[in-house]
Amino acid sequence: MEAYRYPQPMASEITPRSYFLSRRTLIAGAAGSMLAVGHTDQTAQAAAGHAGGEAGWPAPEKPTPRNDVTQYNNFYEFGTDKSDPAELSGAFKPLPWSVQVDGMVDNPRIWPLEDLTRQFGQEERLYRMRCVEAWSMVIPWNGFPLAAMLKAAGPKIGARYVAFTSVFRPSEMPGQRGGLFALKWPYVEGLRLDEAMHPLTLLATGVYGEALPAQNGAPIRLVVPWKYGFKGIKSITRITVTDRQPPTSWNLMAPEEYGFYANVNPAVDHPRWSQGSEQVIGEGSLFRTARKPTQLFNGYAEQVADLYQGMDLRKDF
Amino acid sequence: MPSFSSSRRKRSRFSPVTRQVLLYLFFLLPAALDIAQGMAGTLGPNPTSVCLHDFGRYAFRFLLASMVISPLKRFVSVDLMLYRRPLGLLAFTYAALHVFFYVVVARHLDTHILWQDFTTRPFLTFGVITFLILAALAATSTRRAIRALGRKWVPLHRLAYLAMLLATIHYTIAFKTWHVEPFLYGAVALFVLALRLVPKPPRRSVR
Repeated sequence: MEAYRYPQPMASEITPRSYFLSRRTLIAGAAGSMLAVGHTDQTAQAAAGHAGGEAGWPAPEKPTPRNDVTQYNNFYEFGTDKSDPAELSGAFKPLPWSVQVDGMVDNPRIWPLEDLTRQFGQEERLYRMRCVEAWSMVIPWNGFPLAAMLKAAGPKIGARYVAFTSVFRPSEMPGQRGGLFALKWPYVEGLRLDEAMHPLTLLATGVYGEALPAQNGAPIRLVVPWKYGFKGIKSITRITVTDRQPPTSWNLMAPEEYGFYANVNPAVDHPRWSQGSEQVIGEGSLFRTARKPTQLFNGYAEQVADLYQGMDLRKDF
Repeated sequence: MPSFSSSRRKRSRFSPVTRQVLLYLFFLLPAALDIAQGMAGTLGPNPTSVCLHDFGRYAFRFLLASMVISPLKRFVSVDLMLYRRPLGLLAFTYAALHVFFYVVVARHLDTHILWQDFTTRPFLTFGVITFLILAALAATSTRRAIRALGRKWVPLHRLAYLAMLLATIHYTIAFKTWHVEPFLYGAVALFVLALRLVPKPPRRSVR
């Protein structure tokens, strides 16, 4: 398959070039230390991905530091504080893992995780991540396009949506044990089939060149970079191809606040806050946060806008 | 009524004013710790948000603490009235830090964003009114203001009950989902308010 071209976030958006250049030496150092613990191939890929700027593409935006990506998470299965997923996920033992693919497909089957990575490989994708809470990161994921897996499953004629189900293990996930105030478990999400087949849509199995930590959605999660982060369902156990729009967790919780589409859109505010700008995690200081304007489709309009032609994005938010 | 303070206890080494100041300074410690950690980079990926939210919670805690002083005296004869003013001032101080972190640190004094926030985030309305009340109460907490206001001081400072209720709403609806803590704080607020509504026994002359 030809490598898919997508817009790398521009370094000039937030990062002075000098910072960026000095950071590259850091990455080289980090790559070296990771090599030492044996993640050779992925790390090499990661380094190659970061170096994109030299290949004539726009230089990538500065990735959010790894520590921030793995310590500042929304994963309510472990708790509602941003630090809870990293702190309270110790009991979660994802492996061995398999993903059931079923519904309107020619080849329903249960995929062991190893088979997925063996069959579909792993590439690095440096994506913006915009949370519905108006903060953002830039994250180097490792994974494969969801489209590859769906093609292997063979969607039947008439299939229009893809439903995702996350894991339900209250004994390992303290957030699933709270009743009254929580979301309904297991977490569910969904995409239209054409969104799911879009080359930007990724099933991630790693971040920063290493296997996903529990708090980031181990061992396999969805990444849809033009949508708000909550669409990126974590720890996926089941993918069902269907002909009707599947329920989605946050929409069930508050339908007037979280739509099925949840496309990043600075012109459509959350009922309780503005989506016009975002706090850049990992930048700024204690006494001055870094903020930048939010972009339509999180900066991926050129790639995905035609999926929504003729739709009223205010109505289908 | 027996009183805890004067006769039975040994007299403190410090004057009442000194004790008030010491209490106030001591409870500035949480703020100092947060800021020190934030500057040292040990407050996590979003230190601003940690400070912002911690300061808001401390403001609420000190407001509640200042509001239980009077029922403590009335119902269980524990007289901590000396500390009510510094506790109230701590509530205001933390509320001011909370507002500073929001308006200046997180929003960069950008009036456009602030206006957008104010018109799209209802919980901010409750927060703003709460802060204005606390500011008014802090400004009228000096001896001179108490004297100048005379009989009007007491009804003015009953606004603290309103502040408590507005803070509860502000805190409760600030999250994406229902959180437990705001309801705990709210329960304390309602309890204090309920005690206030218990009718006072008619005054009898003791002697």
